[in-house]
Amino acid sequence: MRRRRPEVLRTPLGIVGITLLVILALLAVLAPLVWGDRATATHTDNMLAGPSPEHWAGTDNLGRDILFRTLVATRLSIVLTLAATIFGVGLGLLLGMAPLLLPRRLGRLVVAFVNVLLGFPSLLMVLFLAVILGVSTTSALLAIGIAIAPPFARLVYALGAGVAERDFVAAARIAGVHPLRIMVRHVLPNIAEPLVVNATVTASSVLLAFGGLSFLGIGVQAPQFDWGRLMQDGLAIIYDNPLAALAPGVAFVLTGLALNLTGEAAAGTFGAKSRIRTTRSLTERRSVSPRSNTRDADTDLVLDVRDLEIAFPGPYGPVSPVRGVSIALRAGEAVGIVGESGSGKSMTALAVAQLVEEPGRVTAERLTFCATDLRSGRRTAHDALLGTSLAVVFQDPMTSLNPVMRLGSQLGEAARRHQGLTRRQASARAADRLRAVHLSDPERRLRQYPHEFSGGMRQRAMIAMGLMGTPRLIVADEPTTALDMTVQRQVLDLLQEIRRKHGTALLLISHDVSVVSSICERVLVMYAGRIVEDLPAADLYTQARHPYTRALIGAVPEMTTDLDAPLATIAGQPVDPRHVPDGCAFAARCPRVTDRCRQEEPTLQAGPAGTVACWHVGDPLPAETKEVAVG
Amino acid sequence: MSRLDFEDVTVRYGHHTVLDGVSLTVPEHQIMGLVGESGSGKSTLARAAVGLAPLSRGRVLLDGRPVQSQGRRRPIQMVFQDPSSSLDPRMSIGRSIAEALPERLRRAPQRAEIARLLRLVHLDPDRAADPPARLSGGQRQRVAIARALAGRPTVVLADEITSALDVSVQGAILNLVREMQRDSGLTMLFISHNLAVVRYVATHVAVMAAGRIVEQGPTDRVFAAPATAYTRKLLASMPGGGPRPGP
Ligand SMILES: Nc1ncnc2c1ncn2[C@@H]1O[C@H](COP(=O)(O)OP(=O)(O)OP(=O)(O)O)[C@@H](O)[C@H]1O
Ligand code: SF4
Ligand SMILES: [Mg+2]
Repeated sequence: MRRRRPEVLRTPLGIVGITLLVILALLAVLAPLVWGDRATATHTDNMLAGPSPEHWAGTDNLGRDILFRTLVATRLSIVLTLAATIFGVGLGLLLGMAPLLLPRRLGRLVVAFVNVLLGFPSLLMVLFLAVILGVSTTSALLAIGIAIAPPFARLVYALGAGVAERDFVAAARIAGVHPLRIMVRHVLPNIAEPLVVNATVTASSVLLAFGGLSFLGIGVQAPQFDWGRLMQDGLAIIYDNPLAALAPGVAFVLTGLALNLTGEAAAGTFGAKSRIRTTRSLTERRSVSPRSNTRDADTDLVLDVRDLEIAFPGPYGPVSPVRGVSIALRAGEAVGIVGESGSGKSMTALAVAQLVEEPGRVTAERLTFCATDLRSGRRTAHDALLGTSLAVVFQDPMTSLNPVMRLGSQLGEAARRHQGLTRRQASARAADRLRAVHLSDPERRLRQYPHEFSGGMRQRAMIAMGLMGTPRLIVADEPTTALDMTVQRQVLDLLQEIRRKHGTALLLISHDVSVVSSICERVLVMYAGRIVEDLPAADLYTQARHPYTRALIGAVPEMTTDLDAPLATIAGQPVDPRHVPDGCAFAARCPRVTDRCRQEEPTLQAGPAGTVACWHVGDPLPAETKEVAVG
Repeated sequence: MSRLDFEDVTVRYGHHTVLDGVSLTVPEHQIMGLVGESGSGKSTLARAAVGLAPLSRGRVLLDGRPVQSQGRRRPIQMVFQDPSSSLDPRMSIGRSIAEALPERLRRAPQRAEIARLLRLVHLDPDRAADPPARLSGGQRQRVAIARALAGRPTVVLADEITSALDVSVQGAILNLVREMQRDSGLTMLFISHNLAVVRYVATHVAVMAAGRIVEQGPTDRVFAAPATAYTRKLLASMPGGGPRPGP
């Protein structure tokens, strides 16, 4: 992967934080070299002097320059802070990883131990340990390290357990990879970001804690000095020379600020990555493409998309996974989109739901939902409209469900925000919706976490989430892919029922032709980002004319498929959106391809049943009647 | 030899009994299909065989011996249902596969082996350096299959490996599964909710409901003359709800 500018450096907070840190690091290295002598030179003739041009912050009781002492103390203060943080973080890592590595029982013991430690106020613990271990810089360092370890351990454990739950860790275990290696290779890299953020913020409290101990006289001992000690010295003469205490104080504040700002900025970028970011880059396109459907503005359309195009920046120019797609949906209408993975089905759905992630750009000649133009207007207004009137059910339920929240709170959240339900109403509604998607024992399910559900159950939970409101449009992207036949039937029936009762429109996306044809009225077939055929579902098996559509139909195994022959597959690979060929995109895999296909791209043309984009729909089949390459 | 026996396998999570005394033999060099409703415990049964689900009773035997769960060589490999979580997002797919190789190879032979495995699942070997995020769900699932094969297993547990795939790719994977099985005599437990898919790849089938096996036998017999009402219900809920006119 190419290295980009770290995201921390893209926010003003981050820039300030990092700049301060760099300055501090430079000071820590250089100050003792440059001003070391002046900071320790005593001048008995000039003790306790106030600020003067020679000594900007005055001198202390031995006549040493306070400003230089403060600058020189940067090194010790920062080194000690780092050392204690590293020690504490290391200890926390060990304690947090131990339960994931040790046998179950022992692991629980460690968790319990960490929980007990967490019960102690950390300042108390520091004081306690500092007294037990004796008064020295080392014991202060150990004490602080030990005090910050338990909260860090808990964070490591919580995050690590989440990653350890995932299939790639299971796969590594099955492959016989040593548990320790799994930790280092799979678990830690996937939780590193929040840990680094947390360690940075922890460092700023370590700085204060160390300063505090030195200030109390149980940290750094004379003749060494850090900001804490300087503070103590300064406090004694605060009435004569306030700057004596203020200078180290400012140093504390600036360093704390630097660490916290950096941590916050890093946390912000980290959080942003896990949240879905939407683009606001919709721009009107004036040129009317010939592909756009000619139907005029129609007010009872729930969804009206024309000439939708999605582009992502790529190293060799923009990549467009969706190119000129038009979809119109009336209330109560069910339209299916079929196509292979990578054909742009899901991107189309995401664009409709305004969920295309940065740096994707969505453009369209028209993008209207419930008579509202989604390309312009205030974002918040759209959010409210989309939040109540559009339900989106995704292919992969685990990425849409929050792993650390109980299902009940996740279902209730949106209902409480958009529909103003009370907690109790929301939870009753959630239970009702879970029952509607045929999840047994809904009250118990609401208290469970997503990982406690089977794949199929998660999918149904997602659908239930979409049904918390009364949507005008349901966009369902592979909603039944992980479901067994009986539940799939029930879910499809459920979607039908909602359509009939509330006139909800349905945009159903699936790679399975049989699923789409069983509940939709119209089927759109997508290939390489374009709609290549649009026809009534009832005619799909008899009237489909595009070679690609026919191949898709032929590839589904049926209960009558010949067991001795290999299954029909579509030869070759789907088109990579980075390299869309000229002419018909299907040409490389098409049994009817001619030179014309490779040069000119076919456009959608009306036929007896629906529209189709192919030059040779009318032609007779080539010699062998099977339209799919076998193998 | 590579017969997989589940003997009285019981798995409980808290008070919730997920598997209730399951006994099942996956005959050697055969593909056994496992069908059943969502949540019936199919995945849990497979996970129990590789030590990912805690047994509260019973045992899993490979050729009459307890399954080895230590060391580098693991005779049982598993492919998972959810392609989005089955690969480490921070690792290139080549490294993910390399990790499952039973012995350490030098650089060039390792690269060749990864390329062979990727080609086996119809992926371009040049993509070995890509992170999973660059792959579609179907492609990731093929990488997961390549990774399972990398361990040169005698038994493969396939948990809904085609349910997230395109029908076109599904066909290729099913052909691949049959081809591999024929060539190498793999023993397979093939979990799927799609009865037509199971019928196509599996010689035997077991039907699971609420943590128990309710019916098992040769696929053609079970699907032609189901002995239980539950199996009949499964057969009746195929999409389309019955035979469909041909093109
Ligand atoms: N870690 C866990 N903690 C608690 N319960 C669990 C856990 N894992 C699985 N279960 C429960 O075990 C039961 C069976 O789950 P399993 O994943 O085996 O179902 P499945 O038959 O594979 O379903 P699907 O076809 O939907 O994937 C479910 O009731 C599920 O809630
Ligand atoms: S235009 Fe030509 S290549 Fe494209 S689908 Fe039609 S026949 Fe095949
Ligand atoms: Mg499952």
